[in-house]
Amino acid sequence: MLRIPCPFCGPRDHSEFSYEGDASVTYPPLDAPEEAWFEAVFLREDRRGPTEELWHHLYGCRAHVIVERDTLTHEITGARLANPAIRAALSEGEE
Amino acid sequence: MTSFRLNAGGVVDRSQPLRFDWDGLTMSGLQGDTLASALLANGVRVVGRSFKYHRPRGVMTAGPEEGGALVTTGRGAQRVPNEKAPMVELFDGLQASGQNAWPGVRFDIGEINDLFGRFFTAGFYYKTFMGPGRGTWAWMQFEKLIRRAAGMGTASREPDPDQYDIVHDFCDLLVVGAGPAGLAAARQAAEDGLDVMLVEQDFALGGRLIGSTETVEGQPADQWLASAQSALGSVRVLTRATAFGLYDGSIVGIYERLTDHLASPDPQMPRGAIRIVRPRRIVLTTGAIERPVAFGANDRPRVMLAGAMETYVRRFGVAPGSRAVVATCHDGAYSSAMALAAAGISTTLLDARMALPPALADAARSAGIELMPGYVPVEARGHKGVRGLQVGRLVDEGSLARSEREIACDCVGVSGGWSPAVHLVSHRGHKPVWSPELACFLPATAPEGVALAGAARGVWATDAVLADARTAAADAVAGLRGKRRRKAAERPEPGGWETPIQPLWEVRVDGVKLKSFVDPQHDVTTDDVRQAAREGYASVEHMKRYTTLGMATDQGKLGNVIGLALLADSLGQSVPETGITTFRPPYTPVPIGALAGRARGTHWQPERRTAMHDAQADDGAVFTDAGLWKRAWWHPAFPGEPLENAYVREARAVRSTCGMVDVSTLGKIAVQGPDAAEFLDRVFVNGFAKLPVMKCRYGVNLRDDGIVMDDGVTWRLAEDEFLVTCTTANAAKMMAWFENLLAFRWPALRVHVASTTDQWAGVAVAGPRARAALERVVASGDVSKDGLPFMGIVHARVRVTDGEIPAMIARISFSGELAFEVYTPSGYGPALWKALVPSVRAEDGCAYGMEALGALRIEKGHVTGAELDGRTTLDDCGLGRMASTKKPFIGNALRHRPELSRTDRPQLAHFLPVTEGEKFSIGAVVCREGEVKGHGIGWITGVTVAPALGDGWLGIGFVTGGPAAWEGKTVVIADPIRGSEVRARVASPHQFDPKGERMHA
Ligand SMILES: [Zn+2]
Repeated sequence: MLRIPCPFCGPRDHSEFSYEGDASVTYPPLDAPEEAWFEAVFLREDRRGPTEELWHHLYGCRAHVIVERDTLTHEITGARLANPAIRAALSEGEE
Repeated sequence: MTSFRLNAGGVVDRSQPLRFDWDGLTMSGLQGDTLASALLANGVRVVGRSFKYHRPRGVMTAGPEEGGALVTTGRGAQRVPNEKAPMVELFDGLQASGQNAWPGVRFDIGEINDLFGRFFTAGFYYKTFMGPGRGTWAWMQFEKLIRRAAGMGTASREPDPDQYDIVHDFCDLLVVGAGPAGLAAARQAAEDGLDVMLVEQDFALGGRLIGSTETVEGQPADQWLASAQSALGSVRVLTRATAFGLYDGSIVGIYERLTDHLASPDPQMPRGAIRIVRPRRIVLTTGAIERPVAFGANDRPRVMLAGAMETYVRRFGVAPGSRAVVATCHDGAYSSAMALAAAGISTTLLDARMALPPALADAARSAGIELMPGYVPVEARGHKGVRGLQVGRLVDEGSLARSEREIACDCVGVSGGWSPAVHLVSHRGHKPVWSPELACFLPATAPEGVALAGAARGVWATDAVLADARTAAADAVAGLRGKRRRKAAERPEPGGWETPIQPLWEVRVDGVKLKSFVDPQHDVTTDDVRQAAREGYASVEHMKRYTTLGMATDQGKLGNVIGLALLADSLGQSVPETGITTFRPPYTPVPIGALAGRARGTHWQPERRTAMHDAQADDGAVFTDAGLWKRAWWHPAFPGEPLENAYVREARAVRSTCGMVDVSTLGKIAVQGPDAAEFLDRVFVNGFAKLPVMKCRYGVNLRDDGIVMDDGVTWRLAEDEFLVTCTTANAAKMMAWFENLLAFRWPALRVHVASTTDQWAGVAVAGPRARAALERVVASGDVSKDGLPFMGIVHARVRVTDGEIPAMIARISFSGELAFEVYTPSGYGPALWKALVPSVRAEDGCAYGMEALGALRIEKGHVTGAELDGRTTLDDCGLGRMASTKKPFIGNALRHRPELSRTDRPQLAHFLPVTEGEKFSIGAVVCREGEVKGHGIGWITGVTVAPALGDGWLGIGFVTGGPAAWEGKTVVIADPIRGSEVRARVASPHQFDPKGERMHA
């Protein structure tokens, strides 16, 4: 069982989260051509090693968290809120 | 039956006899016995029959690696199959029986399988049933027979009557295994101030020191054990608890047996508990498992592991026989032979080595043990128990022997070496490495924060084991305190024998065919392994699956290493070149019920009831499941009115007068903020920016790939506030989707979303007299034709029994009739329902349920989740013209892909049987006439009696090309499973009131 360090809730079991895909994908503008969308939606790298994943703390605070995880060792090396504005507000609060 | 209980010795309580039932016979044991030790004491030899050949099997071990004594305990719904007799704690009244035998283990008809052994060799199933020309049919016929003949015990078919708990636990240090190493490590860490948990699968602490006569740190073992236990202090000790898995994040799964050993447990007690422990550090002192040697008929009852014999003598005071032969190839078995001799059992020790360990050999000789260097066991004699052992002399230092003579004996102890129990680190992918010197796999690496100590890393001698464990504990303490130890203490080297082991996996004799078992539980022999190698199963993982070696309930604890060594030998390569299979959790079986814990029934699937549930139930409504929701299915007009009658009556009322239905389960999401309209414009295919305040609009949204995700009506309550409704089934998904978009994709949008599904209760009132019904209860708020136009919203107050309640009323129609949706805060839901019932009745209407709702929407051609099934596009559902061309939206780029744009894709249509009264079912396949085969050209998603279309049967579904290609033409609706074929005419899904005049009335 993975433990995911939610920036709001602290380390929680991954069963509280739902996985929402590769966080390194940048989605193109809505009016971008089909090819750009095809690449963003269907083409994925199957990485061996460090990755960034998007997890939704569904049964917790409902934040979207970008988790740095190594697919080889399953080690989680970091987690940050997906929303930069809330991330900034949270770190201000800590200072 | 002779008693094999010794007159003295053991840590059993001779003052406390226990009666138990074995295969219908009443027997007696002692407090402190296991079922295995009690059966041995009662002279029971045959305990079970083997899996394939039904050979008689007895107790082979004293632990969870047991391969012979698999038993069923308990009765009725509490029956547990495949329990290992050495792990079953004896209590007064225990009921147990042998397995795999009919009529019984003492005489078993299936034993005839043993004579036809050649039919059951490696890969038998694959070859017989998977070859060319033999299909599933043959397999299905024979499977039943084979399964019956080769069972592994039978589980109860009743629901598990026991309850289980799941406990989340934390500690600084978790020590797994309470042998000498575990006791030393736990004590040391606790004295250093750590919060320590010590887990032991046995009911007693001490491991191999229980009953031992050796001297430990200058003390007799029993005294050392007693003081070690009393010094545990703050350590939390769990006995009867098995650490069955080591998971990511170093989380440990433990199954604790709480009542299995009790004669009459408190019914409130859970039978067991899963502990999910998150320790900061782990020390594994899991010991080592002795392995046998493969020789002829090495599965006969009373051929046992040498160490198990020692355990039965020393710990339980039970003699395995009166004349013993112990066969080994290493120093470790000498203490076993000494234990037998000390109990007065005449003992011969075969040591495959010519060079014996001098000190041990001297001690053995002076204990009266006959020593035979260079000798090995060739074949056990006897059928339901050992009568003798044919022995031979090794030709060289390999496995080939020259058979010499038979030694009369009634028990044989075997020890081919020790295998460190590295299972838990293997769960995390840390593979052990082969040590040629010790002839075993040693742990090489361990996950961060996990250490192994003692015999688990191949350290054999007790003093070294204790030093090793204390060092591991000290390292854990230092690690937690963030300190590097001044000088890292040396860990003892693995090993510790006087004379090296001479590996012995198998004994072979030229020209003699021996049936030598590697994995007794699955009846895998040495020949099976060799055959697998010959047939090309050179990978250890393939060999395992082909022979099923190591796939039984012991997961290869006994046979894996021998199997590997034999495979390596057959392939002419070394053991490390051959590799090792990966151990996976659980280490020992865990009851399925324990994994579920309290999460069963409604604790697993809670019931969701709408605010108006009870009000409808009081009126006799019949409910059905919609996901977790309970929704009214139909509202009987008289007690017992059947569904078929009721829903047609209800639908007819909606078309002719009016009806009311609870729509509270619809997903509701509040979308608020300055950019709320922009957000919805991006999400939905149609535009929302220009939707006036207090108006609502039907919307459809797509997934990124252009497939329809969901639909629903969105209300604009203010410039910056919307209420999005979505289908009941997709409510949670839509909410998570919105949150994802706002957090990850478009964080700059100033929008907040909140689920309000449970905050609003809603009733739809539909039918030509819906307005009249509503006007009877509306105290304020204009619901007139002009005051509340189609898709308009009004704030209102509704008269209820004891006053007025607030409501939002929108003119929305799902049925195609003049209709309104009335929303009120959930707390007012019951009042709203009760207020509307009489006014609807006064207009000759009635309440309607899900079935009538479905009938009305099929007639009207509206889509639901049955059509929006994750495969359909806007055009498939006839919604293409909703897509805006003025703004981009999610899914717009990919929905134009060529395959999604084909005009011959299946599209929404109505289907009417050609012959009146003929009926078809949801899921039926639409085919061309004369071409009823395969997947056809479409499918049916909904069927109803359609009062609006002349009371005939009406289907909705998809057909290639849709109404454009098929309108007016005939298709066959085939239901191959039920064997029906119905000819039907295809029509537009919008044949009822195509201009929408009724809902605009
Ligand atoms: Zn959280």
